[in-house]
Order: sequence, then structure tokens, then C-alpha cells
Amino acid sequence: MTDLAIEATGLTKSFGKTKALAGVDLEARTGSVLGVLGPNGAGKTTAVRILATLLRADAGTAMVNGFDVRAQPDKVRASIGLTGQFASVDDDLTGTQNLVMIGQLLDLPKKAARARAAELLEWFDLTEAASKQAKNYSGGMRRRLDLAASLVGRPSVIFLDEPTTGLDPAKREDMWDVVRRLVSDGSTVLLTTQYLEEADALADEITVIDHGTVIAHDTPHGLKRVVGGQRLTVHPVDLARYGDLVTVLSAVPQTEGREPETDGRGSVTIGVDGDEVLPDVVARLRAAGIVVDELSLHLPSLDEVFFTLTGTRSGESHAPEEILS
Amino acid sequence: MKKRFNPRHALVLAKRNVVKMVRTPEQFIDVTLQPIIFLLLFTYVFGGALAGGSQHDYLEFLLPGVLAQTIAMTSINIGQNMNADIAKGVFDRFRSLPIARSVPLVGAVLADFSRYAILCVMTLGFGYALGFRIDTDPLKLLAALGLAICFALSFAWVSVFVGMTVRSAGAVQGVMFLLVLPLTFGSNTFVRTSTMPGWLQAFVNVNPLSHLVSASRGLMLGGPVGAQIGWTFASCAGLLVVFFPLALRAYIRRA
Repeated sequence: MTDLAIEATGLTKSFGKTKALAGVDLEARTGSVLGVLGPNGAGKTTAVRILATLLRADAGTAMVNGFDVRAQPDKVRASIGLTGQFASVDDDLTGTQNLVMIGQLLDLPKKAARARAAELLEWFDLTEAASKQAKNYSGGMRRRLDLAASLVGRPSVIFLDEPTTGLDPAKREDMWDVVRRLVSDGSTVLLTTQYLEEADALADEITVIDHGTVIAHDTPHGLKRVVGGQRLTVHPVDLARYGDLVTVLSAVPQTEGREPETDGRGSVTIGVDGDEVLPDVVARLRAAGIVVDELSLHLPSLDEVFFTLTGTRSGESHAPEEILS
Repeated sequence: MKKRFNPRHALVLAKRNVVKMVRTPEQFIDVTLQPIIFLLLFTYVFGGALAGGSQHDYLEFLLPGVLAQTIAMTSINIGQNMNADIAKGVFDRFRSLPIARSVPLVGAVLADFSRYAILCVMTLGFGYALGFRIDTDPLKLLAALGLAICFALSFAWVSVFVGMTVRSAGAVQGVMFLLVLPLTFGSNTFVRTSTMPGWLQAFVNVNPLSHLVSASRGLMLGGPVGAQIGWTFASCAGLLVVFFPLALRAYIRRA
């Protein structure tokens, strides 16, 4: 066995005329987190479904835990857990019934299935809701139950397809803690997400895909270096000072060589290389007499990552001129 | 390399389906109220005109037929449920588990056993209240019910196949109704085959439902039944051989 828990090469998949995957390679070392970053429709879910044996690729090979997803699907299924984008829990069953059912399908004796269910419900803070039907759960609770269901068999590879989409920020942090715990227990996690912030927080390596192809693969650090680390966004109160603002920001040493970008409402966003840029920026703005009502330092959004990597915006793929006009 | 079918897995999923049924009791309307309505309507609307004016005689003739008819109608439910289940994504979970592909389907059909048992009890119980009496013995009655349930569990695969094939639960009902209506009325359920035109007799005589009706009529009221039981089992086998693989294939394809 290699030290790769997930190894996919040249995966392609078409649905009718739509090409969902056009040759995707993915690799995750055992015990690591691979973040698969991309916008809606990039092919993330299709890739996960192929790796989890729910779909067959048109071409390409994929090994999970050393087993071929095409030739040995049952070996793969016995060692993976899948949490889809849409929680696949049974609404009419209680939390306990959902988990015990999965345990029994995994050949646990009834007693062991019950014990495992109770353990997972406790871990995911669902003990109180254990005997309530899942249809009465909140969105966050359903997600947690779904994740718990995928962990019943103690899988060594776990696929999380956009596990935090639609969750509020506090719940998102909880989910991140779960992922960290899974990894500290030795599991390999493949996580798809639309947020660079999430991939940055969790992943050891990030693969960026768009339109069914890989457009970048790097560590979070490496990826951020490519896309310019932090972003500084400033919005002037007086839009007439826009030109001055660009001049001031371009003069900051940490923005050297970066192109300022603008959005439709007069904000200027520019990549910065150091962390300690804010005091200097504030001082320069004051010196120039520019009053601002927004000043923020943040990681690039997915959109900005794509803009840097491909020169086009994600999703609609507008040319930049189109956005400005 | 395929995972072998494990009957215990099917029972686990059958239990899931039974729990779901109990949680939504309106799903039992077709196996409780439906036979009552059919028995009342057909006995008292047609009985006076058809069996020499004796509603009681007509009830004796009709009841084994209504049992077969309600079985066919009741099968619509499983296809609808499975179609809805697939739409909700629960089956994604089953697909990602190391169990045989057929397990979720077999589990659902096994769970329907409970519905058909209720259907038999309701039809006979209400028929008894209206005055229906068997002319044979309780063992033959049990044999008739066993045969009916056996047919029901085979015919259910037609519905499962339709449920896996069409896009919505509503469409399952539409398609199944088109199938079930000619099968139930184009049979010897309501009148003797000899009263029908030749072309229709030809259809009625090959209709598997007619064999089931003849067999259960014989088992409940007396008369030779061997050949009809044989034909009924042959129909069950035919339905299984054709529709089980079709349903399974449709399920696997529907990713």
C-alpha cells in the first residue's frame, strides 16, 4: 500500500452534453486533509461521488485506501464515510434509529450498533434529540446527524461534500473542530468547499478545480503566496478621491507590484504581502486627507483566487472589462 | 467482485420501512378503507343485477376477486415511496455502504408484507361482516391468502421498477394506474369470463390476475384449483424474473 489514501488520475465524466469532469487528478496522503476548492458546478460533487463509488467515471482511475473504485467498490465502501451536500438522513426515523440502522447494515451486532449510536450522538451533541424524528431537527442538527451516520463504521477515509454550506459561522467553527478531531484520530479527509478561508483553516493541501479541470494544486501557504496572501479593501467616503486612493495604496511598500482592482461601488482592493500593513495604510490615508468608511484586511475570496489563477471570474466567467463597464 | 446478498441487511431495511409506515398511518388507507369501499360498492351496485338478484351470492363470487384487485391497486404505493426516497437522497447513504445493491429494494418489498397482511385481514373481516362465508376449510383459506400475498410481493416489483424509472411520485401513480386498471377489470373478478366477447376472453385467460382470482375462489369456495395455483405460481415467477432485474438495473443506473 502506498501512503496515498486517495489517488485519482484523469477522471472524466459527462452527463449528456455537459462535461462535469474533464480529466481531474486528486491525491491525498493518508492522515491528511485535502481541500477541493471550486465554485458551484466546478465538478467537486461529481468527483466525490466517483471516489465514493456512487458514480462511475467515463475514464480515468481512482484508488481509495489502495482499492480500485471500479473493480473493488465494496472494499472501498467498507472503508469510507460520505457526507453529502444534502443531508441524507431518514426524516421519519429518530436520530438513534438512523445510526443503529447504519450500524446493523455494517454488520455490527445490535448491542454494538446501539452503543456506537449513543457514542456518536453524544459526540455530536445530539443526545437530547436522540429519540426525536430527524424531520424535527434544525439544519445544523441534520448535518451533524448525517456526519455521524457516515462515521458509524469508523471509516479511514471520509468525504465531506461542502459540509458547512448553509451553516451559520458558529456552527461552521464546530464543524471545523469535528474535522480536526477526525484527522487527529488518523482519518484522511477530502473536503470540498467554496471558501478559501475554510480550506485554509483545515486543509494540508488544496486542489482548485473549475469547469471540471484542476487549475491549481498547492499547500494553503503556497496557494496564498500565488494569489497574494492577504487582501486590503478600502472604500473612500468621497468617490471623487478614488484616483488619489489608488495612488496612496500603490505607494505602500507591501503592495509593490500588485494591480489594484475595483468593484462597482468604488472600493479598491489590492494584494498585500506583509501582515503589519494596516497602521502604515491608516497613516498614509490620514496624511493624504482621504476619509474612508471601509478598511479591511482579509483572505482572498474564491472569486479573487479564480481571478488571479485564471484571469476570469468564477461562475459566470465574465471578462473583467465587462464587470467594469 | 460483488457483495453477496445478506438477508439480515434486507430485514434491517424492511424494519426501517415498517417504522416509516407506522409514522405515516395515512399510508394504510389503501389496505384498510379501500377493500371496504370496493366490497360495499361492487356488492350492492352490481350484486342485484348480476347474480340472479342475490347480493349474497355475488359477494361470495366477488370477494376473492376484490382481494386480488386491491392487491394490484395497493402495489402502486411502494413505487411511489421508493421514488420519493430516491429524490430525498437517503439512498445515497445506502449506496455508499458495503451492502448488496438489491438490499434497499428487497427490504422495501419485504416491509410491504405487513401491508398485504393487513389487507387480507380487512377484506376477509369486512366480507365476513357482510355475510361472506368460506365453503372449504380454514387451511385452504390460509393457502388462498398465502397465495395472494405471494402474488402481491411479486407484482410489487412492477411498481418498484416503475418507481425507479419515472421522474416523480405522481407519475408513478399515473403509469401504475394505467397498468392496473385493465389488469383488474379485464379479469374474471367481477363477472364470469364466458359472458365476454372472444377477444376479451383471450386477454382475461392470460391475465395473471385471473389465475390468482380463480385459485383463491377455488380455495375459498371449493372446486378444482391445482392448475390455477400452478398458473399463479408461474405468474409470480415470471413477474420476478422479468421485473426484479429490471428494477435493480434501473436503481443502479439512477445515480
